[in-house]
Amino acid sequence: MKKERIARWIVIILVLTAIGVPLGSWWLSRAQGTQIEIHARMPENGGWSIDTIQAKVGQPIHLRLTSDDVVHGFALGKSDMESWLSIFPGEYVETTLVFEHPGKYIFYCTRWCGLNHWRMHGEIIVTGEGDPIPGDSLPLFLQYNIDIDAPHYAENIPSSPPSVERGSRFSDRLPNYAIDKQTYFLTSPEGLWLKLRSEPSLSDLSDMDIWDIVRWIWDRQNSSNSQSLGFKLFMALASAAHGESGRGDGVMARGLPVMDHSNMGSGLVRPPDFTDPHVLLSASPAILEGKIIRGGMGTGMPSWGSILSRDQIHSIIDYLYTIAWESIK
Amino acid sequence: MTRLDLTRSPRALALLRSRWPQFLLRAITLAGFIFTILAGLMGSVVGSHNFAIIFVWIAWWTALKLAFIPFGGRSWCSICPIPMPGEWLQNGGILQPRGSMGIGLGKRWPKVLRGTWIQAGGFLLIGLFGALTLTSAKITAIVLLFILVLALALSLVFERRSFCNYLCPIGGFSGLYAQAGPVELRVKDTDICAAHIEKTCYTACPWGQYPLALKSSANCGLCMECLRVCPSENIAVNLRPWGSDLGPKTKHRIDEAFLGLVMLASALVDSAIFLGPWGQLKSAAYNIGSPDWFLFAGAFLITALGILPGLYVGATWAANRFGSTNASLRKSLAHYSQVLVPLGLMVWIAFTISFAFVKFGYVLPVVTDPLGWGWNLLGLTKSAGVGETTSFSLVLQVAMLTVGLFWSSRVALRISETIRQAAPLIAFSSLFTMAMLWLLVG
Ligand SMILES: [Cu+2]
Repeated sequence: MKKERIARWIVIILVLTAIGVPLGSWWLSRAQGTQIEIHARMPENGGWSIDTIQAKVGQPIHLRLTSDDVVHGFALGKSDMESWLSIFPGEYVETTLVFEHPGKYIFYCTRWCGLNHWRMHGEIIVTGEGDPIPGDSLPLFLQYNIDIDAPHYAENIPSSPPSVERGSRFSDRLPNYAIDKQTYFLTSPEGLWLKLRSEPSLSDLSDMDIWDIVRWIWDRQNSSNSQSLGFKLFMALASAAHGESGRGDGVMARGLPVMDHSNMGSGLVRPPDFTDPHVLLSASPAILEGKIIRGGMGTGMPSWGSILSRDQIHSIIDYLYTIAWESIK
Repeated sequence: MTRLDLTRSPRALALLRSRWPQFLLRAITLAGFIFTILAGLMGSVVGSHNFAIIFVWIAWWTALKLAFIPFGGRSWCSICPIPMPGEWLQNGGILQPRGSMGIGLGKRWPKVLRGTWIQAGGFLLIGLFGALTLTSAKITAIVLLFILVLALALSLVFERRSFCNYLCPIGGFSGLYAQAGPVELRVKDTDICAAHIEKTCYTACPWGQYPLALKSSANCGLCMECLRVCPSENIAVNLRPWGSDLGPKTKHRIDEAFLGLVMLASALVDSAIFLGPWGQLKSAAYNIGSPDWFLFAGAFLITALGILPGLYVGATWAANRFGSTNASLRKSLAHYSQVLVPLGLMVWIAFTISFAFVKFGYVLPVVTDPLGWGWNLLGLTKSAGVGETTSFSLVLQVAMLTVGLFWSSRVALRISETIRQAAPLIAFSSLFTMAMLWLLVG
C-alpha cells in the first residue's frame, strides 16, 4: 500500500510538472513585460501582431521578433540597411531600440512577403522630453512647384551608349550652369542635352558628344557609393514590383495592365519600363524624387517618404539613371 | 522453431515481474503526452518548430515504425500512457493488478463493434485528415486530448482496455504488424494452465486475453500482467524469428484482411502525397473541405475501399481456384491476409525511412525549444541542419521494399499448397511493391 502511494505521487508530480512548466514560464514571460514579442505574418494572415508600440525617450525597448509564416524583415523608417533584420519562421531575432526624439516612428517589413507586403508597417509612438524628430526638407517638386504626374517621353535619345570618359574631355568648355547641382536636380537628361545643343559655343560638337557630356554630368553628381547603395535598396524594396532589371516585370506586377493615360489613377498598373531610355531620360531627379516620396497615388506604389531617408532616395534615383544609360544599345 | 525465453534469465524475469520499471516508463510517457498537448496548444504555430508536431509526427511515429514494432511487436502498447488514467480508476490503483476495487460499469464491448473494423476506419480518417494534424499543432493537440479523454470515458463504461482493443488506430496498426515482430508472450506448459482453475492470468489481463489460447501476438499488448500474477511462473516471453505468427496453421479473421488493405492504401497515398511528384495532390490533401480535397478524398477512398480490395479479392479468388480444397472465399480472404502483413510492414518502414532522413534534423531543435519560445534547454549551437535524402536512404528504401516482397511471397508460398496457388498473391504483392518503388524512388 505504501508503494501504491509512492507511485501515485510520482504520477501526480510528473503530470503537474508537465502542466506547470509551460504554464509557469508563459505566466512569467507575461509578468516581466519589459520585452515585446511581435509575430510577423503576411498581411492576409493579420500582419504584425502588434502594430502600435508605445515607448519613452531614452528608455530601451527589447523586441523579440518571430514569423508565423514566411520570411519577413524588420526595419525602422529611414534606418540604414545595415540595421535591417530578417525574421525567419519559427526563429526568434531580438533587437533593442532606444529613441532620442519624441514623435512617431515607422517600422516596416523589408522583405517582399506577399501581394499586400506594402501594408506591413506599424508605428512606434515615442513620448517624453526632447526635440522632435528632425524633419526632412521640403521635397523638390513642392519647392519648385513641379507637376510630377505630367506625362514625359524623351524625343531625343543617344544613338549609342554615351561615355563618361569621353564626356569629361569637354568639361572645360561647359557653361557654368551645366555642372550646377540645382540644374542636375531640376533638369532631365534630355532637357540638358537640348539646352547644351543650343549653346553656340558647343555647336562644333556632334549630338553624341553632347550626350557624352550629359552622361558625365550625371555621373559626377553622385558618388559610386551612392550608386551601389541605390542598387541594394532597389533590389530589396523595389524589384518585386519593378523587376530586378527595372523592366517593370516584378513578381508583383506581372499580369497588371500597362499604365497609360486612360487608366491613370484607376487602380494597380504595371510600373514603367526603366530599360526604355525614353522613360527616364525625360525625367528630372526632382520628378523621380517626388514620385518616390509620394508614391503611386493608386498605382499600388507605396509612399517611401516616411520609410526612406532623403539620401537613400537620391541613391535609388542615381541607380535608376544607370539603368537607363546602360540600356542604350 | 527456435525461441529464446527471456524469463529464464533471473535478471530479465525480475525486471519484467516488477511493476516499477514499466510503471515509471508509463508515468514519464503520460507526463510527456500531457506536455505535448500543452506544447501543441501554447507553442509555436510554425509546425516545424512545434514540439507537438515534430515529436508526435516525426520522432514518435518514426520510432514506432522503425524500432518499437519491428523489434518489439506491440512493445509501444506496453508503455503507452493513454489507458493509464482510466485504469487507475478501473483498478482503484495505479500499481496493482486488475481487481474489483475500482469504479466503472465494466460492461462488455458490444459484439457488433468487435474486430479491427473501427480501427481501420480510424486509420482511414487519419489518411483523409492527416494533413491537417500534420501542419497544425493545435489540432494535433486537440486530437491527443480527445483520445486521452475518450479512453478515460470508455474505461468507465466498458471493461478492460476497450479503447485499445477496438478503437485505437495505432493499436490496430501495431497489432497487425506485431504478428511479424520478434517478441511473443506464451505459456510454457499448457498442462499447468489446464489444471489451474482460477485463471488469474485471464482475470488480470487488461486486454481480455487468455494466455493459454494465445496463438498470435496481434492482441497481446505485452503488459506482463499475466506473468506477474501467474502462481506457477508458467508465462514465457520469447524472442522468436520474425514472422512467426504467419503460417498455414494460424487463425486469421477477415477484418485483418481489411485492416491490412487499409494500411497498404494509407502507405500508398501518403507516399503519393509527400514523396510523389504531384504538387496539386499535396495541396488538395492540405486544403481540407475544398473541391480538390473532395477529389483527393474520393480517390483515397476508392483506392482503400475499391481498387486494392478488388485486386486482393481477385488474387484470392484465383488462388482459391488453383487450390484443391474448396475453401469458401471468405475463409480464403482471411487466410491470405497474412501475406499483407510483411508487405505492409516493410512498405511502411521504407516510407518512414524516406522522410525520417530528411526530417530528423527538426527533432533536436524542438527538444531544446519545445514550445518554440526561443529557449535553448540543451544549449545547442545554432540550428542543427536539416538532412537531405541521401543515396544511402534510397538504397535502404529499395532494400526494404525488396525484403517486403520476398517476405510476403514466402508467406504466400508457406500458406499455399502449390506455387501455382501462391502465384496470384505474389503477383498482387509485386504489383504493390512496384507502385511503391515508383513513388519512393521514382
Ligand atoms: Cu512581410
